[in-house]
Amino acid sequence: MDIHEYQAKELLSECGVGIAPGGLAYSPEQAVYRAKEIGGHKWVVKAQIHSGARGKAGGIKICSNDEEIWDAADELLGKRLVTHQTGPAGKVVYRLYIEQATDIVREIYLALVLDRDKQRVVFVTSTEGGMDIEEVAATKPESIHRLEVEPAVGLRDFQARELAFALGIHPELISQAVRTIKGAYRAFRDLDATMVEINPLVVTKDNRVLALDAKMGFDDNALFRRPNIAELRDKSQEDPRETSASDRGLSYVGLDGDIGCMINGAGLAMATMDMIKHKGGEPANFLDIGGGASPDRVTKAFKLVLDDEKVKAILVNIFAGINRCDWIAEGVVHAFGKLEVKVPVIVRLSGTNVDKGVQILKDSGYPIITADTLAEAAEKSVAERNRVTNAK
Amino acid sequence: MAIMIDENTKVLVQGFTGKIGTFHAEEMLEYGTNIVGGVTPGKGGQTHLGKPVFNTVKEAVAETGATASIVFVPAAFAADGIMEAADAGIKTCVSITDGIPAQDMMRVKRYMFRYKKIDRMTLTGPNCAGSISPGKCLLGIMPGHIYMEGNVGIVARSGTLGYEAASQMKAAGIGISSSIGIGGDPINGSSHRDILELFEADPDTKAIMMIGEIGGPQEAEAAEYFKNHMTKPLVAYIAGLTAPKGRRMGHAGAIVSGKGESAAEKVEMLREAGVTVAPNPSELGSTMETVMKDVA
Repeated sequence: MDIHEYQAKELLSECGVGIAPGGLAYSPEQAVYRAKEIGGHKWVVKAQIHSGARGKAGGIKICSNDEEIWDAADELLGKRLVTHQTGPAGKVVYRLYIEQATDIVREIYLALVLDRDKQRVVFVTSTEGGMDIEEVAATKPESIHRLEVEPAVGLRDFQARELAFALGIHPELISQAVRTIKGAYRAFRDLDATMVEINPLVVTKDNRVLALDAKMGFDDNALFRRPNIAELRDKSQEDPRETSASDRGLSYVGLDGDIGCMINGAGLAMATMDMIKHKGGEPANFLDIGGGASPDRVTKAFKLVLDDEKVKAILVNIFAGINRCDWIAEGVVHAFGKLEVKVPVIVRLSGTNVDKGVQILKDSGYPIITADTLAEAAEKSVAERNRVTNAK
Repeated sequence: MAIMIDENTKVLVQGFTGKIGTFHAEEMLEYGTNIVGGVTPGKGGQTHLGKPVFNTVKEAVAETGATASIVFVPAAFAADGIMEAADAGIKTCVSITDGIPAQDMMRVKRYMFRYKKIDRMTLTGPNCAGSISPGKCLLGIMPGHIYMEGNVGIVARSGTLGYEAASQMKAAGIGISSSIGIGGDPINGSSHRDILELFEADPDTKAIMMIGEIGGPQEAEAAEYFKNHMTKPLVAYIAGLTAPKGRRMGHAGAIVSGKGESAAEKVEMLREAGVTVAPNPSELGSTMETVMKDVA
């Protein structure tokens, strides 16, 4: 789960990371009021969407009076910002963060990630802040400093000091930097984060170390024990179909193709998508209905796939282990009875109770196309999709 | 012979009396798995499915001599259950549980390293379908009948795609020595490489099928291991050629977040290392058939 910049800053600040004075606004009027509250001579109006690279998309404006703040807020609220991270659909701005502008002396990159190779929390930092880290890794790899944290003892002071010195922090500011580094680690560990990215972390003219931009991502599997984090979820920043699926315990990812997919198991789902592509089609979605699929769950999954207007054919591929093919078949028949299914449906069942399942499909009287193998199912789906498209 | 589990393996079920634990324990007993008891804290002294229930894993191990366990404990408590098994002297542990927090798994891995290598438990999963040595022992939730006895090893991150591989091979007349699910989580107990090492050393395994997917470094590590240390043929398939970057595809670990983590890059690395890569998921069986002809 991702959160907004202002939320990440609030959480980091509670752990001892320095931030500039700022406040949230939902209207131009509020934006101007917040700036007054914060004080200063210069402010930054920042669009709050779940994406980086907002500056390039015009989502960050520097203002020096009420009128400029009003205009900036007026322009940004309700605007759809498109960045390389949002995809072409972009994300709509509903919240603004108004922050006191800072005089920057230098910019640093500081991030924490869960390193799957080391199986530890790892700091990735660079003396080159404000840039995309992948770009830095390609062009200036020598500027990157990594630090592994041993989970049994946590981050030690000496490690934080070493990192701060490696980043070229002035000796006078070392204790501030150490507090920041330790705070970022504490936030990561205590809140079950999967990612903390402070880019840039800045040193100001008046010798403060501040997080100027911050991003945090959290482990969905740990949200059950982090209710304070779970409630920061902003569904306006998610794809509505994916949200509706995840709220119902289904794993769905919308894609650009037109063959809808409904599969059990993430690996088999990806393989089925690959097979569709191999046969010349394009998958419309990833959908894993998981184990123990009841008829009701299958119907919900069907509705989700059908709600996508692009879909020209649906491929159901089930390899039953925990599931039973007869349950799935009943679910498919149930869905045909309850929903208006106007596109061809191809079903491939395999595993436990396969004969019973196929019989149920045949006896239903609905025009369900069956297939015995993965290749046959993909081939028939692509053929049906082409038939439907060409008929129009 | 097989790897990790066979007909002599004494098995404990952790989370024995729960609905899921009961359902799968029944299936495993029917398959012939030597389940010697189970653990549900607070229900010690009872009998469930004709087997004794214990309060702690330590007690269960002392009474039954069990060396393997399967964990059906709910996600919030699963990490604790795995550490309890490691501490009680269990040698082989399969964690079926899906949804364990990543930082919990990090601690589990660290905890297991408290023990000397010779005493250390081998964990597979979490978020996997388990392991099977066909005809000998089922320590998982897969349909046993799709696995034919034979001499090809399977290691897979995905459950159902592993079934697909086994059933395609069965259709081609190829049997399985052992099939090991390592799970779809970002931090798991055993890697592809760990399992390849066991198959390489197993005299009854003649070739191996590896089912990987997008995300993480484990397929690259396996490619490296194959190149430098393996003599047996390896057939691989990587799921997710059509998966977009930065999107999580169901499994917590199936996300391309960096260089070398996409399916195309992994296929490239495996091919360069000399691994035979199946061209698409419906040719898992036929690719292995071709490779096996050269072995014989």
